[in-house]
Amino acid sequence: MPTPGDAVSVEEQIARWRSYLGRRQAIHSVDIAELEDHLREQIAVLADAGLAPDEAFLVAMKRMGDLDALSREFAREHSDRLWKQLVVVPSDSGEPRARARTDAIVAFCFAVAAALAIKVPALFGIQLVDQDAGFYARNLSLFVLPLLTGYFVWKRRLDTSTLRWLAVAFVAAGVFANVYPFAPGGSTEALTALTALHLPIALWLVVGIAYAGGRWSQVGGRMDFIRFSGELFIYYVLIALGGAVLTAFMAMIFQAIGIDIEPFFESWLLPCGAMGAVVVASWLVEAKQSVIENMAPVLTRLFSPLFAAVLVTFLGTSLWTGRGVDIERDVLIAFDLLLVVVLGLLLYSVSARDPRSPPGAFDVVQVVLVISALLADAVALWAIAARITEFGFSPNRVAALGENVILLVNLAWSAVLYIRFLRGRGSFTDLERWQTDYLPVYAVWAAIVVIVFPPVFGYI
Amino acid sequence: MEINKDLIAASSTPIVLAILAEEDSYGYAILKRVRELSGGRMEWTDGMLYPVLHRLERLGHVESRSEVAESGRRRKYYRITSRGLAQLAEERRQWQAVDATLRGIWRALFLPVPASHPASAAPLPQGG
Repeated sequence: MPTPGDAVSVEEQIARWRSYLGRRQAIHSVDIAELEDHLREQIAVLADAGLAPDEAFLVAMKRMGDLDALSREFAREHSDRLWKQLVVVPSDSGEPRARARTDAIVAFCFAVAAALAIKVPALFGIQLVDQDAGFYARNLSLFVLPLLTGYFVWKRRLDTSTLRWLAVAFVAAGVFANVYPFAPGGSTEALTALTALHLPIALWLVVGIAYAGGRWSQVGGRMDFIRFSGELFIYYVLIALGGAVLTAFMAMIFQAIGIDIEPFFESWLLPCGAMGAVVVASWLVEAKQSVIENMAPVLTRLFSPLFAAVLVTFLGTSLWTGRGVDIERDVLIAFDLLLVVVLGLLLYSVSARDPRSPPGAFDVVQVVLVISALLADAVALWAIAARITEFGFSPNRVAALGENVILLVNLAWSAVLYIRFLRGRGSFTDLERWQTDYLPVYAVWAAIVVIVFPPVFGYI
Repeated sequence: MEINKDLIAASSTPIVLAILAEEDSYGYAILKRVRELSGGRMEWTDGMLYPVLHRLERLGHVESRSEVAESGRRRKYYRITSRGLAQLAEERRQWQAVDATLRGIWRALFLPVPASHPASAAPLPQGG
């Protein structure tokens, strides 16, 4: 006769079976419920026939059949399920669906607001083209990032004290981007470009704090923000490609009836679309995060070995031929970009790696990649250092040099931590912590470029 | 006696459709009915019925609804549609042709029929 103890253990076994089935992609929760109903009825019938509950469970399981074969059968019938679909509204009924819909509506409103914000200065006679282009370049991030932050403030229900700090950051950014007398043309153009490039980097940290929503102080929270940033970039590029196709067709068919859409495209479609797409892409990344495999780590897996091979070949060739790095104006920026790419490859492979798994071949590739990038950069820095006095310190060069040093420090210490991990003397989480702790450094340097460079290099 | 997998797979559609043509039913009860009808000789792996039901549903031969059963659990009931009935009629014609052919050749062979199970009268459910 079934005792309470037996009943519990059978319930436990059913729960375990359910969660085991739940991991199969082709079997959805509705199907599991259907199979479970079957299993329970079978167990009840067998128990009535005199079997002990655990025996009944075993027989019923056996009759149900091999779970691998079953999930293969399901996969054959529902092959679409193997392709994870981005169903923005989840199929489970009830509250989550309503929440997802609200989320979509709110995100859409923020996107529309961002699209309209970029047109607000035009009301005051500041046009996108000609002499006001510098104004837009410096302030571009200020049109969209506050709204993106607003979306996350709403989504994460941030308290008012955090909100106040975020607002202060944006107001300060607005002040520093516009308080200096940037004039069109001449030497200030370089500073305008520097502000345009660095303000978004500084403000991205503010977005991150809103995104992490109170988890910024934790490694996990910052790592999530890194993952979010990578996915956002990929989604944004995809949306931009789609937008380009749409625009091309629009231009073509309107051309056919003799209408030139270029003015509309330049002053409305491109700026509003580019701004709104940031919020839309962020919302998509949020909505899909658990549904679709992250793309950034996949690309990392693909390109890490290729970049490592290119860099090793580069170092080998330059050693073999004895060619030094040819110092031209932009060489430092080129090597900065190289380090950024390598850092990105490192970051996104770190973000996708299970810290508990032991070192593998891919980890060795990563270390080779990082070390060869460091050596290549050292070669370039050596060449530049020899002639830096000759070139003089222009704002561009100082900014590029500062970035190079920041990236170099990050990658050098990452290499040390990674090698320690490979030799079993450290854990992978050290590397994670180092990378996530380093995030504010980029923002601080970017803020310095925006706030300190203009007075130092020209105006006051 | 064990019936081979290909035969089970081929006969599953007409059997399930015919059982549903008798009355609306659900997974466990369908399997129970298969066991009764075949005298225990058609041993289906229980789980495999469900992908079959889902395929029939996708093809529009059956439709499902969710109801709370007397056990208190939600249960998915299946009902045959008019398309399913047409499909069943078609399957029945085809199986009868196969059956007639085999009967003809058995008779011509004059082979002794191997010792049979008492419930062998209705190897196929006749419904529709």
